[in-house]
Parts: sequence; structure tokens; C-alpha cells
Amino acid sequence: MNVPDDSDRAPAGASVSALRGKRILIAKPGLDGHDIGAKVIALTLRDAGAEVIYTGLRKSPADIARVAIDEGVDAVGLSILSGSHLELVGQVVDELRRLDAADIAVFVGGTIPAADHPALTALGVRGIYTSEQPLAAVVASLARELA
Amino acid sequence: MTSTPEARAEPAPRLSQTSASGIDVPARVGPGAVDAERIGEPGEFPFTRGIFADGYRGRLWTIRQYSGFGTAEESNERYRFLLDQGQTGLSVALDLPTQCGYDPDAPMARPEIGKVGVSLSSLAEAETLFAGLDLAKISTSFTINGTAAIIYAMYLAVADKQGVPRAKLTGTIQNDILKEYVARGTWIFPVRPSMRLIADTILYSNEVTPRFNPISIAGAHVRDAGSTAVEEMAYTLANGLAYVDELARRGGDIEKFAKRLSFFFYVHMDFFDEVAKFRAGRRLWARLMRDRYGVTDPRAQHFRFGVVCGGSSLTAAQPYNNITRVAIETMAAVMGGAQSIFTCAFDEAFQIPTEFSAELAVRTQQIVAYEAGIARSVDPMGGSYVIEQHTDRMEAGIERVMREIDDYGGVVKAIEDGWLQMRLAERALERKQRVDSGETVIVGQNHFRRDDQTHEFGEVFRLDPGAAGRVLEKYRRVLDTRDGARAEASLARLGRAAADDRENLMPYLVDCCHAYATVGEMVATLRAYWGDFQEPVRL
Repeated sequence: MNVPDDSDRAPAGASVSALRGKRILIAKPGLDGHDIGAKVIALTLRDAGAEVIYTGLRKSPADIARVAIDEGVDAVGLSILSGSHLELVGQVVDELRRLDAADIAVFVGGTIPAADHPALTALGVRGIYTSEQPLAAVVASLARELA
Repeated sequence: MTSTPEARAEPAPRLSQTSASGIDVPARVGPGAVDAERIGEPGEFPFTRGIFADGYRGRLWTIRQYSGFGTAEESNERYRFLLDQGQTGLSVALDLPTQCGYDPDAPMARPEIGKVGVSLSSLAEAETLFAGLDLAKISTSFTINGTAAIIYAMYLAVADKQGVPRAKLTGTIQNDILKEYVARGTWIFPVRPSMRLIADTILYSNEVTPRFNPISIAGAHVRDAGSTAVEEMAYTLANGLAYVDELARRGGDIEKFAKRLSFFFYVHMDFFDEVAKFRAGRRLWARLMRDRYGVTDPRAQHFRFGVVCGGSSLTAAQPYNNITRVAIETMAAVMGGAQSIFTCAFDEAFQIPTEFSAELAVRTQQIVAYEAGIARSVDPMGGSYVIEQHTDRMEAGIERVMREIDDYGGVVKAIEDGWLQMRLAERALERKQRVDSGETVIVGQNHFRRDDQTHEFGEVFRLDPGAAGRVLEKYRRVLDTRDGARAEASLARLGRAAADDRENLMPYLVDCCHAYATVGEMVATLRAYWGDFQEPVRL
């Protein structure tokens, strides 16, 4: 797993092409309506060269897995701030596996207590991000994981 | 998280020359900034200095902590605890299934039951939630929007069951759908039928619960999502005008309904921005009511508002710093003349507060109220060169943003097109980039960090993992034991009323609640006629 720290901090603009050629789905599973973090990340990844698809609010894990496969993405970023991350991430991972798409990397962002990180890692989550991490660190982390 | 033990020698940040909202702040402001006529007197038009001549001497603000989680039983217990600590009003947090109109057994609902608030699927749960609490004496605020009309109907039904006359009920439903489309996301129906439902609740409440606030027009969520204080106030006033126009279109008497409109905002850390925001907003609203709508009753010109202190101004890094932040924000709210204050607990950035942190948040308000002395005089900063100039500049900024929305075609169009949502996302990105670059200072997060700091500290709140199961069990029991035919008949009448624009839906919703129809059933009935909001996903 890849949790960025300050050593990833880079000046804005340094990573303009860090994610070139990557397709990333940013998704809002469940009922949580806080979408600003998801949109900020989507805009940031696009600025870093990725092709970004954003689902909009209130998608079921099955919807998300289906879109991820149809769009041929390299990674899915799940944004969850309602405390239901363990259930929802587990369901998305299960759906991807069921559809033979376990190679799509799953990342999680939002309000995720440190105590839950090991459980998410055990589900196969490749990176966990919170609002306090610098955006450049998130980009660098994703670029490493998707290299 | 990796840590490097050696301390980093960072230069101290420079003091900025502009406020967090981008308002230019000179190092020195002189007496020319004070125009006594423009400012006016407390309790008098345009109410820059407050809506009451005697400020808080007549009545202190309401200490109202947002709380609720898990089952109705657990939340009822927390409410009794908070009231015992001297809290003076309840503020009910509802879980996402209740807010989005799903019953607990819906697949989308299951992972979210009881997580961010209490589950309230039918009158049976509401009866438990308010057991032993005298609704004639306690004012209750509900942060509820998409299903606000239903939850309000449920509250009336609980009062009926307790034998409390409806006219005695006090409290607030947020009931502000416009900002849900922009920032908070618990919309259900398209914009226009949602506006009808809101007008129904307000017009009905004015007659049946005249002391109740049937709407709290909220800028808080837009702010917490990334807008500036200027935009927070501008969007909120613009939304307020949209509701006023809808109510007027429905034949409401503005001198009457405007008295029960209330507002809700965030208080973040830029002290003068916050104080000036409230003084400017109060003045602007009073002018809009008088000049645009010809409102003459001062009480219908009053801009009454509650606030929340904390939110995204709090950090998970060095969380005890949040205690200081919330104290400063509370002072800004008091200097701004807030009618009710909710102080976030210091651990609220990352968990539901524990009893310890929740009590500390209440104590913060009591210290500001009773030790600091700043509530003694109304608008104690009034006449200060700095605050008066800041208020004027804030007001000009708010008016500029309101004109931009008008030029686009109004808030409803701006929301339906996704224009406002996109604008907010861009602003959030800018804010985040300023934090990342260190230009915006957040102590303990991007400056004055310690590399050995850990997020593990103090008491951790654990939601009872069995709560969701108990909620489901009770939900099924209600379905099994209620008079099914009566519930179905009440839902059928609701559906017929929804199809007729001239009907006010409130009496039908109250009947549904009395028949133990569920929130999910009522929403499904309305959805059959109105459909769902189609989110404009624009990036």
C-alpha cells in the first residue's frame, strides 16, 4: 500500500504529465453527497495528464464496477466520507473480482480513520488519501502505483 | 506513515494582506471608514448592528449541538446527556438513508444505516427518539432537506401522540434543497417539484406551527465545500430570494412568511471576514426585503441565523489545536450576532464526538458567553474602523457575486445546468492549492508540523456495530404490526395530492406518518409522479 507523506510534496505543476495515458474513474459509492473532494481530485488528475471519468453521486458498487470495465480504466478512486467505507469498498472489490477485473487498481479517499487502513489494505486497496494530503503527493503516489 | 525525526526549520509564514475571502485589508484604517448613518442602530433598519436593540441581554443565543447516531434509543440517550450539560436546544443528525428517502432494507441503505446520524424510518422511531422529552419546551432543529417535509410531518405526529399542541412547537427544519444540489447532495426530486414541496411546508407551518422555522437557508455546506465567505453569503441570499419568489408565486403573504425564514452559515477562521459577513448579510437582506418586495414589518426584514463553528477549518493533524480554533470562531459568531451556535468537537474532523469532546464543545460556548464578557454589549465591534470597512467591502463583494448569478439566469438555472456546482469545484481546487503551497497557513498541517505527531490520541468513538441490525429489526416489526390497509390508503391519498399542483401536501404527509407509513414509502409515492433529479455531471 502507498500512503503519501511529505516527502512526496512537489511544487504545483511539477507533475503535469505524471499520469499521461492513464484512465481513471472517480466514483461516489453509496449515499454520501460530499462530492467536492472527488471533484478536486478529478480535476487534479486531469491536470496531471490522466483521462478522468467522474460518476456523479449515489452509485451502487455494481454500477461502479460496470462503468470501470466499460470504460477500460486503469484505476478506480472511491470517495467516501460517511463512515461506510469498509462495506462499500468491499462491495466494489467483490464486484470487480466477480467480473474478472481484479486488475483494476482501487484507491480510496475521504474521511478514513487510520484504524481502518489495515482492513482496507487487506481488501487490496492500493492507496488511501485524506483531504490533508497535498494534491501533488496524491498524484505522485498514483503515478508510482500505476507505473 | 513514514516520519523523519529531525525537526524541519521552516521560515515563519508572512502575514497576508488580504483576507481568506480575498478582501483587501490595509495595515491601518482610519475614521473615514465609519459612516454612522449607513451603519444604523442595533434593532433598527438596516440592522447592521443586530436585529435586537439589547443584543444578547434579552436572550442568549441557543447552544445547539448537532448530534445523533445509530438507533433512536442511543441518540435519545445522547440528547438527555447534552441537555443535562446545559445545552438549550436539540439538533438532530439523521442518517443518509433517512435523508435520501430510503428505508433501512434498501440495498443502497444497508451500509449507511446509523452512520452519520440516527435512522428515522417511521413514526415508531421518532416516538423513541423523543421519549421523555417535552416537545412543548425543547426546540428541535433537523438537518433535513430532501425528506424535510416528511420529517416535519413526523415531528407533528409525535407531538400529536405526546398531546403537545402543534402551535407550541418550536424548532427548525433545514428544508433548503437548492444548496443540496450545489454542495451537500441529498437531493431526491427535480428542482421544481422540490420547490413546491418547500413552499408547501412553509405555508403550512406558518398556519399550524407559527413559532417553528420551516426553512433554514444554508450557506454552510457551500462554504465547507470550498467557497469563500463572500460566495457563501451571496449564494445563500440568492437562494433565499428564489424561495421568496416561489412563496409569493404561490400566493403567500410575504409580511407573514418572511418572519419565519432563517439562515445557517459556517464560521471559519478569518475573524474579520466572519464578523463582517454577518453584519453585511443582515444589512443586505433587510434592504432586499424592503426595496425589492416592499416589506414593512421589521420582523419580516430580520435576518436570523444559526452557525456552525469548525467543519473543514478543523484538522486531523494536531487535533487539540481545534479547541482553540472553535473558541475563536465562537467569538466571531457572537460578534456577528448569531441566534444559535453549534460548536464542533475537536475530534469531529475524523469521528463522531465522544461524550468528553462533545461536553468540551458545549463548555467552549459557555465560557465565551459567561466568562469572556463579549456578549454584554450588542455588536461590540460596531464602529471599529477595521470592521466597518471590512463590512462595506464584504457587502460589495456579496452583491457582485449575486449579480453574476443573476446574469447567468438565476440560481435555479445555474443549478440545473451544473454551473454553480462547477464554479464551486474550481474554488475548492484553488483553496486546496493555496493550502498545499503553504500560502494559506494551517497550523500543525502545512506549517509548524511535527513529524512525530500521531493521530492516535484520547478516546475513540466506536459506533455500536449491532445498531444497523437493531434498526432493521425494528423497521420490520413496524411493517408487521401496523395497520397495513390504513398505511396504504394514506399513501394513495398522498399520491393523488402530488399529482395536483394546487394541493398542499403537508396534511397528507402527516396522515401517512400517523399511519406508520415509512419514509421510503412516502418518497417512492412522490417519485412516481415527479421522477428523480438528473445530476448534471460537469467537470
